[in-house]
Amino acid sequence: MVEHRPWNDIIAYAILTLGVFIVAFPVYLALIASTHDAATVVGGNMPLSPGGRTLENYYRAVFLGGSRTSREPVGHMLTNSFISAIGIAVGKIFISILSAYAVVYFRFPFRKAAFWIIFVTLMLPVEVRIYPTYKVVSDLQMLDTYAGLILPLIASATGTLLFRQFFMTVPDELLEASRIDGAGPFRFFWDTLLPLSRTTIAALFVIQFIYGWNQYLWPLLITTQDSMQTIVTGIKKMLTTTDELAEWQLAMATAVLAMLPPVAVVVFMQRLFVRGLVETEK
Amino acid sequence: MEKSAFFNSKLLPYLLLVPQLVITFVFFYWPASQALWQSFLREDAFGLSSEFIGMENYQALFAEPQYYKAMLTTVVFSTLVAALSLSIALLFATQADKNLKAAPAYKTFMIWPYAVAPAVAGVLWIFMFQPSLGTLARPLRAMGFDWNPLLNGNHALILVVMAAVWKQISYNFLFFLAGLQSIPKSVIEAGAIDGAGPMRRFWTIVFPLLSPTTFFLLVVNVVYVFFDTFGIIDAVTGGGPAGATTTMVYKVYADGRLGGDLGGSAAQSVVLMVIVIALTAIQFRYVERKVQY
Amino acid sequence: MALRQFGAAATLTVALALTAAPAHAVTEIQWWHAMTGGNNDIVNKLAEEFNASQGDYKVVPSFKGSYPDTMNAGIAAFRAGNAPHIIQVFEVGTATMMGATGAIKPVYQLMKDAGEPFDPKAYLPTITGYYSTSKGDMLSFPFNSSSMVMWINKDELKKAGVVEIPKTWPEVFDAAKKLKAAGHATCGFSNAWATWAHIEQFSAWHNVPIGTKANGLNGFDTELKFNSPLHIKHLQNLIDLQKDKTYDYSGRGGASESRFGSGECAIFLTSSGYYATAKGTAKFDFTSVPMPYYPDVTGAPQNSIIGGASLWVMGGKKPEEYKGVAKFFAFLSDTDRQARLHQESGYLPITRAAYEKTKADGFYEKNPIPQTPLKELTNKEPTENSRGLRFGNMVQMRDIWGEEMEAALAGQKTAKEALDAAVARGNAMLRSFEKTAK
Repeated sequence: MVEHRPWNDIIAYAILTLGVFIVAFPVYLALIASTHDAATVVGGNMPLSPGGRTLENYYRAVFLGGSRTSREPVGHMLTNSFISAIGIAVGKIFISILSAYAVVYFRFPFRKAAFWIIFVTLMLPVEVRIYPTYKVVSDLQMLDTYAGLILPLIASATGTLLFRQFFMTVPDELLEASRIDGAGPFRFFWDTLLPLSRTTIAALFVIQFIYGWNQYLWPLLITTQDSMQTIVTGIKKMLTTTDELAEWQLAMATAVLAMLPPVAVVVFMQRLFVRGLVETEK
Repeated sequence: MEKSAFFNSKLLPYLLLVPQLVITFVFFYWPASQALWQSFLREDAFGLSSEFIGMENYQALFAEPQYYKAMLTTVVFSTLVAALSLSIALLFATQADKNLKAAPAYKTFMIWPYAVAPAVAGVLWIFMFQPSLGTLARPLRAMGFDWNPLLNGNHALILVVMAAVWKQISYNFLFFLAGLQSIPKSVIEAGAIDGAGPMRRFWTIVFPLLSPTTFFLLVVNVVYVFFDTFGIIDAVTGGGPAGATTTMVYKVYADGRLGGDLGGSAAQSVVLMVIVIALTAIQFRYVERKVQY
Repeated sequence: MALRQFGAAATLTVALALTAAPAHAVTEIQWWHAMTGGNNDIVNKLAEEFNASQGDYKVVPSFKGSYPDTMNAGIAAFRAGNAPHIIQVFEVGTATMMGATGAIKPVYQLMKDAGEPFDPKAYLPTITGYYSTSKGDMLSFPFNSSSMVMWINKDELKKAGVVEIPKTWPEVFDAAKKLKAAGHATCGFSNAWATWAHIEQFSAWHNVPIGTKANGLNGFDTELKFNSPLHIKHLQNLIDLQKDKTYDYSGRGGASESRFGSGECAIFLTSSGYYATAKGTAKFDFTSVPMPYYPDVTGAPQNSIIGGASLWVMGGKKPEEYKGVAKFFAFLSDTDRQARLHQESGYLPITRAAYEKTKADGFYEKNPIPQTPLKELTNKEPTENSRGLRFGNMVQMRDIWGEEMEAALAGQKTAKEALDAAVARGNAMLRSFEKTAK
């Protein structure tokens, strides 16, 4: 650090600890709830310390599924979520890096219009257009398929905006230098721009993976087979009950398990962050 | 803002755009146009009887006092959520950016809220703040504060603001941190050598260099707050009590639910889209000028 | 030699193949439902039993989420042209389902076309009346029904010195005050499902209309009427009692039921279906009794309206498939099966015979609590005000009524202003729905 003032460090630690507490407390509650039995969780007097049912609850969640809603064991639902989240993340990165490249580094008629056409997709949430979107997916025979889970969700524009922002910060000199070396658009993209974009790609991957992982309404609507369920729809189904005691403890256990892959992705990507940054230290 | 260096290819840019444009057309514009066309119709839930009624849905909408109330609620809600989530996230990011030994662990923790599915997050917030049985509600009551988001509109609003901010802090934190860490240390050191203290350095060097990220987050947060928050509102307060937490997007969702009023809901969507497009256009036109690339 | 043997073998094989039982194409019947937990097991068991009992049709149940999620999926699927055959829809969705001709196939029509024996009089009128036309033709098949009852924490009442379980509203208010004095500072009495309790059930139980045209059962040109002096008086009582939490509002839905199980509210009105949860969570002596009423209202108590869900048959399917659905409904109506279903699940029996059989079996002597909703439903012969209700866009309707109630309870409006606004806004929705219902 530039100057070392211990007082600054203490303040920093304090703020961060408070931050972690605020941020992690609800998650901590979920963890605690997953270690008790359903009656305790719902009875209004759940203690803040772990209960004694941890092993039992996690065993049931992992091997037996939310027994009476989908009979689908957690492993299978996690796989579906994983495939769909990876598909969404990779798909989105792919199409948006290309579009952003086009919009920033080329001049052509309708350039601005193209950007806005893509951007407007953020302005109408899927819930509002759910019936016609369902019909399109149904007409394309994509119900109960991975394609149906993935494709409609990669259309959004955050990726394009993010890459556009990043490309705007890349100095023009790099492009000039590339040109002098005789590189065309492909070489420039592949040799210069892409390596520089590593951090941004990593950040976007994390965000899109989690976005895809946490989808509820869309997977719920287009999948009827139990075998195509994602983990989040599975959890929600465990929590919706009519005239029955919801299996809260199992739902919370599953929710905790469901949080692990996204966090793992973040931790893994953080390594990439740091590595990418160190290499681009100018 | 434009690049001064660019390529002159004629066909290539269109080809690069094709994948996104095709997907966008098939899965967004085609269904969205049908959904928006419904704003001129009166239809039953199953689409079996539809009647073209022109601007009637819009007229009914603007004659409804609840709609104006929703607009006001949206303004208050959005401003609070955007301002709080951006500033708190920036604060956390700057602290985590200092090379503290525990920083990597902190960074991992900060991501947790984002990893929690909205469907589950709503449930957790109810756990904590349900008036009589909530884990955090009980100490509040014990202190003599009559915490009651079921009847007190302000309490309900505070609750949904907290829930929405909680989720967004992670997202903003991730990007702010990435932005901070891409600022070359040499530039900051130069400032220090010139005798600038940490606060001065932040506002004169770091913040301007962070502006591309900040602009991105500003745009995304505005969109988030206007469009993606109804899941949290639905889970935590259901738009109540007495409409105190019904934002415009929540109203769109609630009115159209289960085919209740597809026409009115579509009309509201159109109005909402127009407002946000205008807001975003303003951001691009006037705020982006201040961004330093 | 070998060739002849081969020829013989080949001929034999072909002959066997031709005379073997022809591979019977089983007609699949898709059933989308919203049942969880033990009820989910029951749904699957019913399907298995039906499928095993015959070889022509196969019922395939799919759990599609909560009631709103299931109905949403059904609407989306119908619009895309691939609706299921049977869909379970909550009672609140009734008007939407029948509002569009062609979207559904009415049950009475289905049974007639398929030639299945079907006697509407065999069914309990309060249960089927909700899902029938004014002439008594059944539109959907009742599946899981409940009623609203008052849950009583007997231990707490005793501690507070309440000797008799309250039967009337004034008695409830008194008991609540005593409970408050005995330490229940945050809740004298409360309820879940705010509008179901204080508008819908309240009106039927007191034999006053919620709306004209038999609460909408006789036509979509119904108008709301629940801003009468009686309703205003009741809401005003609640407003007054809310001030010191003798009455404490618990929200619009069912999430607050845990206030009873945790012991916080010793008097709590909610669905009779809460029994399963109460058994699991309440660590005290409890029971359920019929809802309270105002003794000075002539005709009270009348009978209650059912809640729950019914099975709708979607339109546009082939006659062969409808035959299978009809067979399934006949299967479900069997007396022994209904009685067994009721006793195992807590669903109310839909036929008179099943109810009588359960009584004869002595089931209610051992389990009095499941009988409370039935006592309410069969209290008297239903009148125009208590056969049920049918208002378009009921989900949004309940939201509006809930909003106005909340405004009143929070002190922002008087009882009269709130109910008048609820009626006015509701009527606007009804007129709009009427135009789409053809």
